[in-house]
Amino acid sequence: MVKQQANWSPYDNNGGSCVAIAGADYCVIAADTRMSTGYNILTREYSKICKLADKCVMASSGFQADVKALQKQLAARHLIYQHQHNKQMSCPAMAQLLSNTLYYKRFFPYYSFNVLGGLDNEGKGCVFTYDAVGSYEKVGYSSQGSGSTLITPFLDNQLKSPSPLLLPVQDAVTPLVEAEAIDLVKTVFASASERDIYTGDKIEIVVVNATGIRREYMELRKD
Amino acid sequence: MFRNQYDTDVTTWSPAGRLFQVEYAMEAVKQGSAAIGLRSKTHIVLGCVNKANSELSSHQKKIFKVDDHIGVAIAGLTADGRVLSRYMRNECINYSFTYESPLPVGRLVVQLADKAQVCTQRSWKRPYGVGLLVAGLDESGAHLYYNCPSGNYFEYQAFAIGSRSQAAKTYLERRFENFADSSRDDLVKDALMAIRETLQGETLKSSICTVAVVGVGEPFHILDLETVQQMIDAFEIVGEQEGPAAEPDAAAAADQGGSTEEGVAPMDI
Repeated sequence: MVKQQANWSPYDNNGGSCVAIAGADYCVIAADTRMSTGYNILTREYSKICKLADKCVMASSGFQADVKALQKQLAARHLIYQHQHNKQMSCPAMAQLLSNTLYYKRFFPYYSFNVLGGLDNEGKGCVFTYDAVGSYEKVGYSSQGSGSTLITPFLDNQLKSPSPLLLPVQDAVTPLVEAEAIDLVKTVFASASERDIYTGDKIEIVVVNATGIRREYMELRKD
Repeated sequence: MFRNQYDTDVTTWSPAGRLFQVEYAMEAVKQGSAAIGLRSKTHIVLGCVNKANSELSSHQKKIFKVDDHIGVAIAGLTADGRVLSRYMRNECINYSFTYESPLPVGRLVVQLADKAQVCTQRSWKRPYGVGLLVAGLDESGAHLYYNCPSGNYFEYQAFAIGSRSQAAKTYLERRFENFADSSRDDLVKDALMAIRETLQGETLKSSICTVAVVGVGEPFHILDLETVQQMIDAFEIVGEQEGPAAEPDAAAAADQGGSTEEGVAPMDI
């Protein structure tokens, strides 16, 4: 007697890749804009990036319906925080909130693979990377999504992230300048879209620095 | 109002058909420091007098942002006001979350009024001792509402509540017909003038008052001290306020609040 399998799944994977790189006084968060299902493209112009607070931006790949629900939850919680504290949430605070929100649904998870990027309280770039149930870590750079297996080794090679196990404790942020980091992101996505069918169309690049948040785009392969 | 044998319980009617506990709650509003509100077609301004317990303490917060398009000024038991503001904020957030659009002000004040009414019909509760001037902007325009502890609410062109509010109301009654087409800055000036009326001779400074604005293209925010002081200085120079108005103020518009007559329960107005 074979165990009965579900004939319907509440989840779907809409594909796509996300990347974030932390610098000394900036943070770059990028994601492609392709939304797929199975072997089809649903749209070429979907934003996976969401501004959660003044200095805090999240990019999420996975099941976009869950991603949208997660973004709304965090936005509402942020409003409550602002009413109570009279200020915006810092990036590390938002990082903890995201982790708690994800774990809250430990037994019916948000199918959402997130990278959170922004500036911490001292203005230094920070990136937090998550799994679907809220396990997170502060890192110097990160990649999630369908192209992450192609992107991460390349970022490892270029950004030489020190092991958190090393002593003395080393800073995780990259010594790269903002323009170099953006260039690296563009290179990385161009490579990923060559081999990953779910990554392509356009990259949306968001840069958070002391002057604020700005956005730029780059075209990618459409195939 | 004197003590009588029908005023112990909120669930006890008097033979004249009054609920004294509710009326006493409205008295609490009159004891609080003044709050005023006025609106034009596109903007609403809220103002209040900052009362501090002593020179050593800070003043109580009487104006709260509820959402980008709604703000509230309170008079009376500020603790009750804080709790109700939190409720209003929650309602706005939940509505926004579900409908991806801002909560219409008219809906919020009804919810608030219903919440207040519950406390007038439960023996284990007491009425909220705070009056709220709710200022909000929605698709149907700019609105100013007054929510009573009794569970009643009214829409106003301009209104004042709290102690010495009658002086402000008199000023507003003289001017309210012009408010609809006022510019935003003129509206703020009128608000400051109305606040000054409640001070009874005390000098108007930005440290003793708070002013907040919400309008088309302008999310609700409290004006900072420098801006308020500049506006005070601008009109103080203009000269003495005009003499006591000779116009009859009893002929105020139908939706304007009036003062309580003896014998008529205030909550029925």
